[in-house]
Amino acid sequence: MSGSLPPVIVGAGPAGIRAAERLVAAGLRPVVVDEAARWGGQIYRQPPDGGFTRPKTALYGFEAGKADAVHRAMAAIRDRVDYRPRTLVWNCEAGALDLLSDGTSETLPFSHLILATGATDRVLPFPGWTLPGVFTLGGSQVALKFQGCAVGRRVAFLGTGPLLYLVAYQYLKAGVEVAGVFDTTPFAAQARATAGMLRDPATLAKGLLFVGWLRAHGVPIHNGVRPVRGEGTERVEALVWRDARGQERRTACDAVAFGLGLRSETQLADLAGCRFRFDEADRAWLPERDGAGRSSVPGLYLAGDGSGIAGADAAELAGERAALALLEDLGRPVEAARVTELDSRLARIAAFRRSLSAAFPFPADWADAIADDTMICRCEGITAGAVREVARSGQAREMNRAKALTRAGMGRCQGRMCSATTAELLSRTLGTGPDGVGRLRAQPPIKPLPVSAGAERREVA
Amino acid sequence: MMRERIDCDVAIVGGGIVGGSAALFLRQAGLSVTLLERDWCGAKASGVNFGGVRRQGRPLEQLPLSQRAHAIWGRLPELLGTDAEYIRSGHLKLARSEPDLASLIDYRERTQGFGLGLEIITGEEFRRRWPALGDRAIGGSLCPEDGHANPRLVSPAFARAAAKLGAVVREQTPVDRVEKDGDRFVLLSGDALEVRARFLLNTAGAWSWRVAEAFGEPVPLESLHPNMAVTEPLPRFLDVNIGVEGGGVYGRQVPRGNMVVGGGRGFALDADRARPQRDAVLTLMRDAAELFPQLRHAHVIRCWTGVEGYTPDRNPIVGPSRTTPGLFHAFGFSGAGFQIGPGVGQTLAELVTTGGTPMPLEPFRIDRFTPTA
Repeated sequence: MSGSLPPVIVGAGPAGIRAAERLVAAGLRPVVVDEAARWGGQIYRQPPDGGFTRPKTALYGFEAGKADAVHRAMAAIRDRVDYRPRTLVWNCEAGALDLLSDGTSETLPFSHLILATGATDRVLPFPGWTLPGVFTLGGSQVALKFQGCAVGRRVAFLGTGPLLYLVAYQYLKAGVEVAGVFDTTPFAAQARATAGMLRDPATLAKGLLFVGWLRAHGVPIHNGVRPVRGEGTERVEALVWRDARGQERRTACDAVAFGLGLRSETQLADLAGCRFRFDEADRAWLPERDGAGRSSVPGLYLAGDGSGIAGADAAELAGERAALALLEDLGRPVEAARVTELDSRLARIAAFRRSLSAAFPFPADWADAIADDTMICRCEGITAGAVREVARSGQAREMNRAKALTRAGMGRCQGRMCSATTAELLSRTLGTGPDGVGRLRAQPPIKPLPVSAGAERREVA
Repeated sequence: MMRERIDCDVAIVGGGIVGGSAALFLRQAGLSVTLLERDWCGAKASGVNFGGVRRQGRPLEQLPLSQRAHAIWGRLPELLGTDAEYIRSGHLKLARSEPDLASLIDYRERTQGFGLGLEIITGEEFRRRWPALGDRAIGGSLCPEDGHANPRLVSPAFARAAAKLGAVVREQTPVDRVEKDGDRFVLLSGDALEVRARFLLNTAGAWSWRVAEAFGEPVPLESLHPNMAVTEPLPRFLDVNIGVEGGGVYGRQVPRGNMVVGGGRGFALDADRARPQRDAVLTLMRDAAELFPQLRHAHVIRCWTGVEGYTPDRNPIVGPSRTTPGLFHAFGFSGAGFQIGPGVGQTLAELVTTGGTPMPLEPFRIDRFTPTA
């Protein structure tokens, strides 16, 4: 009886938690499935239980209040949700999810599903990016928040996006030496875009505060930077970079944290059959969703960064909004005023996000500078040259073909980490726009699945 | 828009390993060829199959074509400019019971004279040669010159080699209409392209029934979806392509270390696409770990399937049309077309250029499923 199934939420970050809270308030008992051991998502990730004593103000900085509120929201409904931590959703097929937990696979049927799957770093490689000591911005942040350690003693921060300054700030606060912030965005672009950001003065002020704080502590901030290479033998020892005037410079460091914004985790939406569209701002194929979070598949809702990057505040609102849409679709009463309020706040954030994309534009020319012998797919050891070659020779005009011929995206990550790079290399070699080379087809499992799960299978009653 | 018109000797519908190799051999014979592929050449079943290059286990009637193909596989670098990761590793078919072993011995007897060179290996010798298989089989039949290859590389390479020799290869070009006008076949792709040819090869895999039907030859072709999975790279423990007598799981380890296993079926998303099915995936993992304990602590990193045409008797349809002179069919390989494909392609080229072939094609007649009055 599909009508009697509880709603399922994938992801216990800000979007998933606010969605669960709203469903619980309506008297439902949702299933909340999450890969992490504790709720909070990536942005409000909690340290492991026991032994980790850094206070939230130290872990989350300005965001401590929000993190705490989200954590408390989930704690408050804990006994009214079917919470499944440490659980990977590895497949979505025919109205059911396949879960992996403690090495056992279980099939969970659903009638209504909210995907709040979040995002990971978007990266483009540069020579030396595979050296030990080179991390993504998100990875560096996880090290701080979850493992309570820094990725190095003297860290260079490279890339673009709000996370660049936030993580640099968090590292400095944690007592790490920041070798510099190397922003790919020209200073002028940021200044222009600031006008648009005035729509959300609080967020803007926070951003300016990070920058101001870093400067006040003597951290050099460089704009219009491109990486040349990471140097080092055993691990990274220096970042060689080109400044806005084209001058090559060298900064000694023992770690590099880099990233170019975030990319949505869309595989489940893909397996579930959602229609996708190319999003110019995110430079990515995203599952379609309406303002309320409804996808193209009836009963399936999308919230948070997993279906378009909009940040944690938007994720909280979108999670709640998706839950309200779900309740509406179940024929339950929802408070119209709350819907209106959420819609207007989400619209305001969307406008702010557009300014943010302008302030931190994707440095598309970075892809042209990737040397042919640079490895772009770490799982399979595929170079930029191999991808360019199949494009240049006319053998591959889209992503799946390039994958078939080169193996780029065929390894453990199934393209989650490298496909942004492959798409840039392909489209720029072929002279199409970034939307001209398609996207990888999702296949189960969306993350590596232990072979032993085949024998450890729990049948669903 | 002006419609482009191509006149040629041979039009081929479908750029898989059969159509691609036929194009290559026809060009070698000097005929003008136009190959139309709806997707990308070798992107469907030819390019996403298990990758077994295996004669052992085939029904006897397929062995002449299979032997012909075997010779072509031996010349890949010369024909394609790449070995496409083809390895003559041997194919070992395992017997897990005495009746299964008897069945393997019987197969060896029946295939004497076809040149497979099968060796039955049991007991101490078996355990000495394949210690990794432990005691999970009591013996096996080895076909030393069978092996495996990377289908993603081999199948597109045939069409590419044909193009290099001057074949016109059009990808992303569906054939919307096909008919015969006097002594010419006329193929239309939208409003953009018209191809006219004296001969037509129907090598469109699971979609071939459409072309056959257009010429009054309906066939009971069914689309099925073999289920496959690959693990992360593991230390080498297996140097042969493995099958099991009586069916079930099959597996091969590539030099990089990844173990490719197959078994069970995926499901259709629509007429053109398929996806692995959860029960099949989990069952495959369970069975693979039982046969290869080396996989117990490994991870599956990807599962996939494809769309393959199956006939009721699991033999392909290969040979001339019974209604339309100049039309030749080759499809319905029922999950076993990869190895035999180039041999079939060469035979099609032979049929076109000489009007006949020494290959026995009687068992593969298209009208064998039509009830006779």
